Amino acid sequence: MVAVRDLNLTIAKGEVFGLLGPNGSGKTTTIRMLCGLLEPSEGTAIVAGVDVSEAPDQIKERIGYMSQRFGLYEDLTVAENMDFYGGIYGLKGAGRRGRISEVVQFLGLDRRLHQLAGTLSGGWKQRLALACALMHGPAVIFLDEPTAGVDPAARRAFWSTIKTLAAQGTTVIVTTHYMDEAGRCGRVALLSQGHLIALGTPDEVATQVGGKTLEDAFIILQERDEREPEA
Amino acid sequence: MKRFVPMFRKELIQMRRDRVTLSIMIGIPVIQLMLFGFAIQTDVRHIPTVVLDESRTPTSRDVIAAFENTGNFRIVAHVDGRVELDEWIARGDAQAGIAIPHDLPRDLARGTTATIQVIVDASDPLSSQAALSAAAGVAQVRNLAILSAAANRRTLPLETRVRPRYNPGLRSPNYIVPGLVGVILTITLVLVTAMAIVRERERGTLEQLIVTPITRTELMLGKIAPYVGVGLVQMTTVLLLGRFVFDVPLTGNVLLLYGIAFIFIVASLALGLFISTLVRTQQQAMQASFFFVLPNILLSGFMFPRQAMPVVFQWIGALLPLTHFLRVLRGILLKGVGVPELWKEMLILMTFALVLIALSVRRFHKTLD
Repeated sequence: MVAVRDLNLTIAKGEVFGLLGPNGSGKTTTIRMLCGLLEPSEGTAIVAGVDVSEAPDQIKERIGYMSQRFGLYEDLTVAENMDFYGGIYGLKGAGRRGRISEVVQFLGLDRRLHQLAGTLSGGWKQRLALACALMHGPAVIFLDEPTAGVDPAARRAFWSTIKTLAAQGTTVIVTTHYMDEAGRCGRVALLSQGHLIALGTPDEVATQVGGKTLEDAFIILQERDEREPEA
Repeated sequence: MKRFVPMFRKELIQMRRDRVTLSIMIGIPVIQLMLFGFAIQTDVRHIPTVVLDESRTPTSRDVIAAFENTGNFRIVAHVDGRVELDEWIARGDAQAGIAIPHDLPRDLARGTTATIQVIVDASDPLSSQAALSAAAGVAQVRNLAILSAAANRRTLPLETRVRPRYNPGLRSPNYIVPGLVGVILTITLVLVTAMAIVRERERGTLEQLIVTPITRTELMLGKIAPYVGVGLVQMTTVLLLGRFVFDVPLTGNVLLLYGIAFIFIVASLALGLFISTLVRTQQQAMQASFFFVLPNILLSGFMFPRQAMPVVFQWIGALLPLTHFLRVLRGILLKGVGVPELWKEMLILMTFALVLIALSVRRFHKTLD
């Protein structure tokens, strides 16, 4: 089965790029291929100047990744998780401590440092996951449905963090199916059944598909999908 | 290898926090040792025995006493007929029956062969073997006494003097406890590491880990390293309990034993990791480990002598690291031998460790499928 077919995208440095689409449209598969977690059967991907299939280890020094499911150790504290990822990303001694306190400040984790990650709420888990993914100051960060199961206030705070990151020059690639979030992206790509349907700013995409808003576009697309099941 | 240390430290913290698993890992050796050490005795004694004495003469009572004096038979009842004797054995209330015919004294006096029948419940081979050899012994001692009296000789023409070296008391614990060190290490270490990678896969933490630059070797070695310590603690526990509770000697160089044990522990951990790369869930990992543990107990020579097995099973046994480690354990603990006698086993164990690590690193892919 092919999950994603003929997808051509160029994303600029410092851009907040949204991958949108209904469940099963190929968003997660795309992200996983870009991170080197899955090998594409055809085609190439250049991420942060490196060919993913040629130098999968080099790519991992330059990207951060947050999976849909919380992927950190619930039986370690916030500080221990960050320390572990700092070490895994090759930071040592004072450098690691410095970077950790920077990230802690940036994400406001200072009061949670000694709490076990498993006891955090959804919003805090998501921040911790972002903290660990940012430990090495990656050029590109991939966020796979980062706000699933997070309350609205925390979602808003999270997006302002993302804007700050992008302003600092980090490229952010994010999947979501919240339309208000999609509207905050610089550009979005709309996927359906593994194909690229529309590409551009949120407004452009909405009109390309034939709706007034992004949400209209999304619903039109979903209805079309249901009428023509995958060949 | 710079990412080995953070991986190792993380595993250590997790291990320390999982109190239940930790206490099981230390508790298992103690419980196993008590079970095997106290319960399992391979020398069968005091077999419950019924006696049918048709003769009821001083001679027959003499013979019965001779049976009892071997220590292998414990007379539980006297019966009056063959049917009753068979019933005792059929019910399982007795495992042996001694039938003495009424013409025993007459035959002995006449010099014709007198026959005593010993009936044994052979559904339990270990105790029936003991009963058979003890019964044969009783007759032999009698025969010798009668024949040498007839021949007017006070000395025997030939005698074999058997010297049981290394375990002169023929004590079971001396045989069981050293072997138990190897069995416990195999069971716990293979199981624990078999779960290691799949647990990360099941909990979703592996996905986050494999987008980092950590290499497969760093990941694998960091995972197993803390358990080397667990293995050494387990081994020390069993050796100390064996020494002070079961009086098992520590004859040879204990330092050498720890050195070789280290290699064996690494081999067992690597094997667990290899299983971990073959299965998808923790449950499968557990099943696979138990499937592996059974031949270790049966074919390694821990309980049953390998010489008695068909050649094919000896070969299979030779493929188990435990088989070789058992020779090291018994060699050092009981015989007090050293490197000149054990270098082959050391080499084999080292090969196991290296091959298994290489195999599991190869099998483990840093992708999700």
